[in-house]
Amino acid sequence: MTAEEWSIILLSLKVSLLAVLLTLPVAFALAWLLARGRFPGKLLLDAVVHLPLVLPPVVTGWLLLIAFGTNGPAGRLLADWFGLSFMFRWTGAALAAAIMALPLMVRAMRLSIESVDQRLEGAARTLGAGPARTFLSITLPLAIPGVLAGAVLGFARSIGEFGATITFVSNIPGETRTIPIAIYGALQIPGNEAEVTRLAIIAVLLSLGALLVSELLTLRMGPGKGGHVL
Amino acid sequence: MSFEVDVARRLGDAQVALRLRSPGGLTALFGPSGVGKSSVLNMVAGLLRPDRGRIVVEGEVLFDRAAGIDLPPERRRAGYVFQDGRLFPHKRVKDNLLYGWRLADPANRWMSLEHAVDFLGIGHLLGRWPRTLSGGEAQRVAIGRALLSGPRFLLMDEPLSSLDAARREEIMGVIERIRDHLKRPILYVSHDRAEVERLASTIVDLGSGS
Repeated sequence: MTAEEWSIILLSLKVSLLAVLLTLPVAFALAWLLARGRFPGKLLLDAVVHLPLVLPPVVTGWLLLIAFGTNGPAGRLLADWFGLSFMFRWTGAALAAAIMALPLMVRAMRLSIESVDQRLEGAARTLGAGPARTFLSITLPLAIPGVLAGAVLGFARSIGEFGATITFVSNIPGETRTIPIAIYGALQIPGNEAEVTRLAIIAVLLSLGALLVSELLTLRMGPGKGGHVL
Repeated sequence: MSFEVDVARRLGDAQVALRLRSPGGLTALFGPSGVGKSSVLNMVAGLLRPDRGRIVVEGEVLFDRAAGIDLPPERRRAGYVFQDGRLFPHKRVKDNLLYGWRLADPANRWMSLEHAVDFLGIGHLLGRWPRTLSGGEAQRVAIGRALLSGPRFLLMDEPLSSLDAARREEIMGVIERIRDHLKRPILYVSHDRAEVERLASTIVDLGSGS
């Protein structure tokens, strides 16, 4: 493995980690709303959350470009207020990966929240726990395996993210060239089979490992509860 | 009066309505399943909001629609024993028992862990997980958890219904001792006439018509 390949792998891990950290609170809030909330437009919110799952990734990337580009409304706001720029940056790659991972994470977390027996929360209330304590001592610990499973699944999805990323932040060595983008780039030039093979093996191992961890965590929710995420 | 309950609540197509005044001891709500006995307990516990009415226990107003009073469940100090135990699956027996005790104002606690463990004979279960308990063991732990939370009154929803004959006898003995020695008013729900006649000092027959 060359130094360049190592830096590609490290960049992929860094991008995916940031993507999951960005998405975790948002995904949990959305999962909670969808699992427990009763409000008009819930069906629409559910559909919008799942949109990145079915939309062509290149369309998602293009929409990100419009919104977060230098002249995009969100992009200009973030640049003016916080000096943040996503264009052609690894943070942009993380943003794209986060959007693409969101539906999977929301799905897993929603299942785990729905599998928590609300009658246990009622029991905690009668024993003197207010809503916040009930959430922290009963709901969250019972839902946490599913929440973690969702996070790991989101991480795996982020490692594999390609279409939205290359559309939004292009292919820049050391900045946005993650494993899939490097493999794609290497395939464009003959004679790179060895590099492609090595990166592909790493991608398979990372994805397989993440899926196994995610499934193990889902099993922790216990038989008859939750269920499989995929 | 220990219990003054006058509530009504629509549940789907059914209407649950009850008016009850009871001097204390063990008050049994008796009637076939489906007449809303458990819903009444949930309303007294604060887990279900009545459409109208008033709930007073031992002189404290827990709910009064007209006066706009609706204490949240955590401030009603109800020791609720559920039909299915409802132990927290992620906490060991000891932590289940102490869940309400730790949250209670020290001035309101009237039972120690040692006393409860002794009273219910559950010392050997403290380190166990709820899923490893038999029905009778789980129900004794559930009763202990309710007693330890320092309740002013107890609510028991068919606490014997999931038990076999030998365990029923054992838990019935526990309930009699709570009634006779701990002197907390108990609102008790059952569909079993023999059980109610043995345990109750006041019986409210909900029949099918009321």
